[in-house]
Amino acid sequence: MSLAPTPSQTVGPFYGYALPFARGGDLAPTGHPDTITVHGHVYDGAGEPVPDALVEIWQPAPDGSRTGAPGSLRRDPVTGGIIGRDGVAFTGFGRVATDADGHYVLRTLPPGGAPYLSLIVFARGLLHHLCTRVYLPGRADPTADVLLASLSPGRRDTLLAAPDGGGAPGVLRFDIRLRYDGVHEETVFLAFH
Amino acid sequence: MTTLLTQGDISAEIADEREAYAARVAAGAPVENHPGRGYAPYRGSLLRHPERPLVAVHGDPEAVELSGPVFGVTDVTAFDHDLTRQHRGEPLGERVKVTGRVLDRDGRAVRGQLVEIWQANASGRYAHQRDDHPAPLDPHFTGVGRTLTGDDGEYEFVTVKPGAYPWRNHVGAWRPAHIHFSLFGTAFTQRLVTQMYFPGDPLFPYDPILQSVTDESARARLVAAYDHDLSVPEWALGYRWDIVLDGPSATWTEEGR
Ligand SMILES: [Fe+2]
Repeated sequence: MSLAPTPSQTVGPFYGYALPFARGGDLAPTGHPDTITVHGHVYDGAGEPVPDALVEIWQPAPDGSRTGAPGSLRRDPVTGGIIGRDGVAFTGFGRVATDADGHYVLRTLPPGGAPYLSLIVFARGLLHHLCTRVYLPGRADPTADVLLASLSPGRRDTLLAAPDGGGAPGVLRFDIRLRYDGVHEETVFLAFH
Repeated sequence: MTTLLTQGDISAEIADEREAYAARVAAGAPVENHPGRGYAPYRGSLLRHPERPLVAVHGDPEAVELSGPVFGVTDVTAFDHDLTRQHRGEPLGERVKVTGRVLDRDGRAVRGQLVEIWQANASGRYAHQRDDHPAPLDPHFTGVGRTLTGDDGEYEFVTVKPGAYPWRNHVGAWRPAHIHFSLFGTAFTQRLVTQMYFPGDPLFPYDPILQSVTDESARARLVAAYDHDLSVPEWALGYRWDIVLDGPSATWTEEGR
């Protein structure tokens, strides 16, 4: 490595008309029987929901391919508006802003060859984004996965999506806690070297 | 009742942070290329960053994050890179061309990747309902652009120079003019969201967001260069800003195999 990197800066409060796009959180084709829903709140260190966070997801396709596919922001050729994915290609990428209640929802297909989804969180107030992983129940072996095995049980639990009580099958909850609030463990965030 | 924070308070904190960083480096700590996530002069950061250190993931060639999303001609239209032509009329302001290359830390061009920008209009107002400060909206300017990088990693936008705008970090807080940038590399580990500034802005020393990058040369890398050769006579001023993405890339693992 020789070149010095460009520093990060916060996404700020006004990305909302620029970065989120139509059906940004719907990676799964509409009505696909294998669809899983991953949803949760983003919380700050006071335990308050964060209404101006942006969550991005990247994952392998169900067949294990990691090449992704273009078309997440597919455009209407007449108006130029974003009409979103074509429902055939699995782009592997999604992006969704939290709502006024700090809540986000992703609908996707289970990844092939990996027990987790990769998430990045941006927010006003956050000067450099945070990376984490959503480990899927029944697919992640906490003793075999190198990352999970390295964490204490309390910390590890922050990376495990939980079946959502009373919800339909395939509905998983994954809250993101940016900072310890005095009660709840903060989410494990990752650095890649 | 809390006392109102003044620019003097914030400037003193900025100076303290800079001094502390200089002392760390003098004691042998590494150069900090990115802002620390908890930078007190930027009050919005206080509750929104982890207490605990990040958990390092390294040497795992199977990490999903070593690959990343791709974009193509379906995702960007031919008009997206010109923010002055997205409406029936032309926006007010100083027309500028902003161009540069997107590279990884080994100097390799990042090809065919998505670059997204957003910005305030020439008066310093965002086309966002939560921006309610009393500067005029421009019916001919939204302030959103996208493009794909070329074979040499190059990108180009045509826009108007954004205005400075006030915010509520402290009394009399103004952001220097900036364009927000979002970039993808060849791996999700290289993801970058940042801001580009214009050279010589008198607001630089007062702004806790720019100053959160405590290293002087790192901070300088957020400032574009005026390039007279890029300026187009009687049409636009040219600025050059190259971007270097941090983090391991996908090819890093391929080469290791
Ligand atoms: Fe801004």
